[in-house]
Amino acid sequence: MGEGGQLHHCLRARGNPVSNTKSSWQFRIVVAVIAHCDDMCGNLQSKICNRKWYNASQGAPISGTQMSEANPPVGNTPATRATVVAATLAQVARPPRSLWSDAWRRFRRHRMAVASAVVFAFLVLGVTVGPLVWRADPRKIDFSRSLLPPNRSHPMGTDDLGRDVLARVMLGGRVSLSVGVAAMLIAITLGTLIGAVAGFVGGRMDGLLMRLTDLFLALPVVPLLLLLIFLFRDSLRSAFGPERGIFILIVTVIGALNWMTVARLVRSSFLSLKQKEFVEAAHALGVGEITIMFRHILPNALGPIIVAATLGVGAAIITESVLSFLGLGFPPDTPTWGRLLYDGQNFLDFAPWVVLWPGFLIFLTVLSINYIGDGLRDALDPRSRL
Amino acid sequence: MGRYLLRRLLFAMPTLLGISVVIFAILALAPGDPLAQFAADPSVPPEVRDAIRENLGLNDPWYIRYVKWLAALLRGDWGYSFASRVPVLDLIAQRLPQTLQVVGVAYLVAILMGIPIGIISAVRPYSLFDNLATTFAFIGFSVPTFFTGLLLILIFSVRLNWLPFIYDSTLRVTDWETFTRQVRQMLMPVTVLALFQTGSLTRFVRAAMLENLPADYARTARAKGLSEQAVVLRHVFRNSMIPVVTLLALGVPTIFTGAIVTEQIFRINGIGELLIKSIQNSDTPVVMAITFIFAVLVVVFNLIADVLYGILDPRIRYD
Repeated sequence: MGEGGQLHHCLRARGNPVSNTKSSWQFRIVVAVIAHCDDMCGNLQSKICNRKWYNASQGAPISGTQMSEANPPVGNTPATRATVVAATLAQVARPPRSLWSDAWRRFRRHRMAVASAVVFAFLVLGVTVGPLVWRADPRKIDFSRSLLPPNRSHPMGTDDLGRDVLARVMLGGRVSLSVGVAAMLIAITLGTLIGAVAGFVGGRMDGLLMRLTDLFLALPVVPLLLLLIFLFRDSLRSAFGPERGIFILIVTVIGALNWMTVARLVRSSFLSLKQKEFVEAAHALGVGEITIMFRHILPNALGPIIVAATLGVGAAIITESVLSFLGLGFPPDTPTWGRLLYDGQNFLDFAPWVVLWPGFLIFLTVLSINYIGDGLRDALDPRSRL
Repeated sequence: MGRYLLRRLLFAMPTLLGISVVIFAILALAPGDPLAQFAADPSVPPEVRDAIRENLGLNDPWYIRYVKWLAALLRGDWGYSFASRVPVLDLIAQRLPQTLQVVGVAYLVAILMGIPIGIISAVRPYSLFDNLATTFAFIGFSVPTFFTGLLLILIFSVRLNWLPFIYDSTLRVTDWETFTRQVRQMLMPVTVLALFQTGSLTRFVRAAMLENLPADYARTARAKGLSEQAVVLRHVFRNSMIPVVTLLALGVPTIFTGAIVTEQIFRINGIGELLIKSIQNSDTPVVMAITFIFAVLVVVFNLIADVLYGILDPRIRYD
């Protein structure tokens, strides 16, 4: 790892957004931060000292240890000093490896995660572009072709009403995946907001929000989900139409019952980050509270949030299919993967393909999402093991 | 310790109350009429319907009904099922043994498999066994229980015809023959539930062991000349169990919710099946009671986890 990279890491560890440093005051903070690097960066500091790090304005070595040494740094003539300063500045100015490229490097090392990303991309492509290529109508009923095993004109067979399983699986995947992503977005937004406010504001607000989080954590999620969907299904269906009403309901309810872990994660990152010097600096410069929260602290807390978001998509997909499987999800004419399983389970003994394909796809999707999440955790949150 | 326990108990109370308010409010504010079935019945005139409504107290505002319900609940009167006119508690008592049996055996199997696999994985990290176990664990908690269930039915009941796929809860175990039948019918539901739990448990045990294996006290134990087995099992394992035991306590409510799906697949007439049926029948008292029982499970096992953590880890301060 090059010096520039290490310097960058060191500052990153101190939470200083080096990659954004454009203006001179920020550069001065960088220098100041280096000047009192803590033990985390001690190694780097000594390296910088050995390489004769000069304060650009005074032209004198910053390091106290080197100052106290009897012999002055070799080549302390104005000319060499200038080149050293230029070289060091050049190193700082060189576009540093960003957090994201570092994360990408670590992610690539996780072979299963990369393979899963490919599989997942393929699945997404299949449900988005697939129906454009495979033109069979997922809703066309043809009793003469009911429960056909997989064959050339129906690669995944047909169901009890003679509908093409491949076309239905692609349509169902669209619904299942969008439920997963939308529910995750709601959960992450709620969790981030609540966690950020609790961690940043602190005090009574923190206590209140954390009690709320504890209460939600103690709610029995699946029974409550079943209950909510059962009770509000009809009114939302009449308000937004059968498909969209259920979509809104399921996504909202799953999202609203899954924000708690994110809130805790975000709160704990905010609690430690708000003590850092870069927040202090922002305060000193008169940056607004909201801006500090979301522009300064939040980007530094993104790693765990991204991991939680990835795993949240998989969990939401499973939850949706459990609901559909229990007959409390989408209406029968909307094929989701869970709904297809629910409808197909009665033909398990003589037409297993109706169940096996959607089931296998749920499994594949969730497995690949979990592996991606695992790889992302290794890449973005290297301290955690599990 | 006693004071800590008391404080935790006192804190659990408002949580339970909060949950009961949330559940009750959802039920009360939701559209839907518990007497809807009478509306379509011509033999029940509207006056009678109104009388029933008044009699059941359904015309009161929801907070009054809540207070009444809570007072009755504390007296041990959980109300009658709208659908079957049987006391809710009796109904639940009928269903609970089947659920407990399957869930309990599944959890036991998960513990007996997950912990040893996790330990061996951690002792030999990145070995063939570890790679297999990690992959297995990953698959175990990624595959949805309803899919495993259907897959097992397809293979073992439909294709091989080895196991029955409908659970016979009238079966009484009296002799060896009925015992084997009981084992055979429990095999698939237990496997489905245990697979998921084993997966997450294995991962957790492995991570906890990996964290403790390079610890200073383990090195000291080795330096003293203890055998590797003693180091792993007597020193590292016991310290790694601290987070694992709390996870085990926290996992109990999860496995109960998992039972809802499993009971549906294998037609076990347990508590989860009762919940689904009651939801479909708008049987409010039963739904309320079961949801509340699930909430109590979560709170109680949270409490147990906290207390266990305190007992196992003397470094935890109580005040």
